[in-house]
Amino acid sequence: MKRLFLGATVLALAATLFLALYVTPPRENQGGEAVRLLYLHVPCAWLAYLAFGVTAVASALWLLPRTRHASWDLLAGASAEVGVLFTALMLVVGSLWGRPTWGTWWEWDARLTSTAILFFLYLGYLALRRTGATADERGTRCAIAALIAAADMPVVHFSVSWWQTLHQEGTVFNDKLDVKVNGSMAVTLLLAVAAFTMLYGYLVLQRFQLAQLEEGREERALQRAIEERVRADEVAVV
Amino acid sequence: MTLVRDALLVAGKDLRIESRSRVALQQILPFGAIVVVLFAFALDADRALLSRAAPGLFWAAVLLAALLAVGRSFAVEEANRARDGLRLSGLDGGSVFLGKTAAIAVELFLLEVVLGILVVVLYDVALHDAMVLFCAALAATIGLAATGTVYGVLAGGLRARETLIPLLVLPAVTPVMLGGTRAFQAALDDAPGDAWPWVQLLTAFAVLAVAAGVLVFGPLLEEA
Repeated sequence: MKRLFLGATVLALAATLFLALYVTPPRENQGGEAVRLLYLHVPCAWLAYLAFGVTAVASALWLLPRTRHASWDLLAGASAEVGVLFTALMLVVGSLWGRPTWGTWWEWDARLTSTAILFFLYLGYLALRRTGATADERGTRCAIAALIAAADMPVVHFSVSWWQTLHQEGTVFNDKLDVKVNGSMAVTLLLAVAAFTMLYGYLVLQRFQLAQLEEGREERALQRAIEERVRADEVAVV
Repeated sequence: MTLVRDALLVAGKDLRIESRSRVALQQILPFGAIVVVLFAFALDADRALLSRAAPGLFWAAVLLAALLAVGRSFAVEEANRARDGLRLSGLDGGSVFLGKTAAIAVELFLLEVVLGILVVVLYDVALHDAMVLFCAALAATIGLAATGTVYGVLAGGLRARETLIPLLVLPAVTPVMLGGTRAFQAALDDAPGDAWPWVQLLTAFAVLAVAAGVLVFGPLLEEA
């Protein structure tokens, strides 16, 4: 089942690549050929929201006593890891696109700055996660840190509307829900978002299962240590 | 009412420890001062540049010193397992948070006065609008202290605490850095009208940070 999903993901990514490189037109006022970078940049931005959103929801579910389960903690961590990866990719790709279009690698406008801070907030979150071995040890503090970090997300999203900045307004999710792309570009963008969402799903599943195995290994090691100790005590008594 | 009384109790304890151990006075304050001096080296002691960049440099120095103050505030709880005493004291988590925040805020405010004088003298800054400066500094200090206290307890009891606190606190207090710098900039340019929106931002941040802290401190103290 997972294999099949991976196959579909790779296929969707390949189709996106083909459409983005060969079918869609270059755009003069958007950096010419560099406009193709947007088919990478926009899905990465979407995944950053999605991933950190999942982390926030999973953290909240961990904090509520009725829904507390170690899986929520692992899911929050797995999603944040993938989110940090795609946030970094988004910043790098955006920078590569900004150079030919804006004439600069980096601009201190509200969206870029708040995104960079978002990146650092979640780097801190991941660092915090590595300090406890089990969900019980780290769960509550990580969940609260994730919820605090999530407070920056609306700032990032609305920064382009609140402050008139160099970064353009949302192409799809703007104030008026007025979609500003069409034709082959819109199809490609849509496919890119779908393909990357599948990739996100696969990567999170992979990281989640790995984290579960790691937790299991810790528990088995502890169990073994206890059993050995008990046996040693029995021998000593005999 | 008990909330305030308990908070004063905790703040008094922390400030008494500082006044006796003198770590804040003999280590954190000189650290802030050397940062102010180093910034002058970084900008090649260019007076015009220094006086223009003074607000930002001042707040950067305060932020760095604040990291030490936060680390210190929780190192005190680590020694002799004082944290367990705090937990068993029966004090409400919210009041412990307010107390520790207040103690850090008082320390930072004194630090800001001294660093402010240093900046005026060394960077050749002319002061205007003392009221704006005071309000901005007050709101910024409370926001800074509250955020620091939240992350201090969040990282409490962990082995990597000393390195983790700066990584967690600095991105979270960027609104303070931004708002404080802009408010001070406007005040020093003699344009208090431009400063008030930033003072409002600082106040909003402080209120949010204190509210979040009161809410989460108790569970975090139990956890650590």
